[in-house]
Amino acid sequence: MPSLGADMVSGTLVEWRVKAGDAVKRGQIIAEVETDKGAIEVEIFEDGVVDALLVAPGTKVPVGTPLATLRGAAAMPPSPAAPPTAAVPPSGPAGGEVGRGRQVRVSPLARKRAAELGIDPSTLRGTGAGGAVTMADVEAAPVPARAPAPPPPPVEADRSAAMRRAIAAAMSRSKREIPHYYLATDVDVSRLVAWLERRNAAVPVAQRMLPAAPLFKAVALGLKEVPELNGTFLDGAFHPSAAVHLGVAISLRQGGLVAPAIHDADKLGLDELMNALRDLIGRVRGGSIRSSELADPTVTVTNLGDQGVREVFGVIFPPQVAIVGLGRITQRPWVAEGRIEARPVVSATLSADHRVSDGHRGGRFLSAFERLLQEPEKL
Amino acid sequence: MSPDAVKDQVLQALMEIAPEADPSGIDPTQPLRDQLDIDSFDYLNFMIGLDRRLGVTIPEADYASVSTLDYLVAYLAKRIPA
Repeated sequence: MPSLGADMVSGTLVEWRVKAGDAVKRGQIIAEVETDKGAIEVEIFEDGVVDALLVAPGTKVPVGTPLATLRGAAAMPPSPAAPPTAAVPPSGPAGGEVGRGRQVRVSPLARKRAAELGIDPSTLRGTGAGGAVTMADVEAAPVPARAPAPPPPPVEADRSAAMRRAIAAAMSRSKREIPHYYLATDVDVSRLVAWLERRNAAVPVAQRMLPAAPLFKAVALGLKEVPELNGTFLDGAFHPSAAVHLGVAISLRQGGLVAPAIHDADKLGLDELMNALRDLIGRVRGGSIRSSELADPTVTVTNLGDQGVREVFGVIFPPQVAIVGLGRITQRPWVAEGRIEARPVVSATLSADHRVSDGHRGGRFLSAFERLLQEPEKL
Repeated sequence: MSPDAVKDQVLQALMEIAPEADPSGIDPTQPLRDQLDIDSFDYLNFMIGLDRRLGVTIPEADYASVSTLDYLVAYLAKRIPA
């Protein structure tokens, strides 16, 4: 059972996506586990062949418990066949392929309703975004004459309560252990807004970019200039991270939030980052997060601009050492060259760990963030 | 396409991004995003869905004029390709 955050102590295996004898490749999703953060897809980190599955679906085990044994790549068949999959129709419907056991995006409410009705969501044709199975798809599906008896999934109320407890535990630990300091600055983003308007007017709607992409990229690049803000504090020492794995705080429609990582955010082009954000947010809200995304954020950014918030001072998610907060872009009076003008402005904040950095270095980060946003075309 | 048919397509596109929403509970005279707690990423997906379903691209500059269900349906009904 992988650790999907410093606050996780156990998880429940919901289902296996592989069976003994299957060849698996690094990055392949092999199981789904239920945690306080919701349902997480567990990836494998080595190539090989599944030797044995050690934990039965429905079993709750502590972090660190072996879930399966794997034979190394040397044991793989000389010409491995494609991983076995369930039978699917020869020509998939518009909503995508269907078939029992198939990996499928399912909204949390639809998953809950499907469990209540004894319906396997992977057998349904999803009509939602990206072929996701929606509540309507579940309600329209024929109910099995005799529902199977799968392990009882956590009911939504239990899941929400567990997530609230996990958030409370992490934030309490943060406030108890981390001496926060807080900085804020206002950034004139008129160049960024104008650049986005021009860009978005010239591309199809599906390629439009939201301000979050360049704002997050500027955060990631700014962190490269102030590495004391990017890493983890463990065993009494700071461990800087060479990579910027940007944790993105994403609110869930049913309440709560998670902060999975976009890996190497500083190296992604703006279009790549925008696509990664859309993909991540869609999957998270569809109830599908990957284990690698939760395990290793090196910093977090929280963006409450959509809620009309002017500025947000975040609570650091341990063992990270900083969180960047972004508010809403609003027209505000701005003094430039001795004149007062109305300009689009965003308030950016930094909450950081005084055990690792001080306000001077934090200020350097916010200064870099502001500077980087003045040339959005170079991000 | 009749306004009712347009409205039906709009609601189906909405359900793709907010599957838990109750269409009958939407006040057509009040901003959709506020009622359904739709953020900018979900709203962009909504615009993409409308473009795909109805063949109408709504420029960002027009977002403010399609904030309610009534305004949006009227806007789309005028622009749907024959």
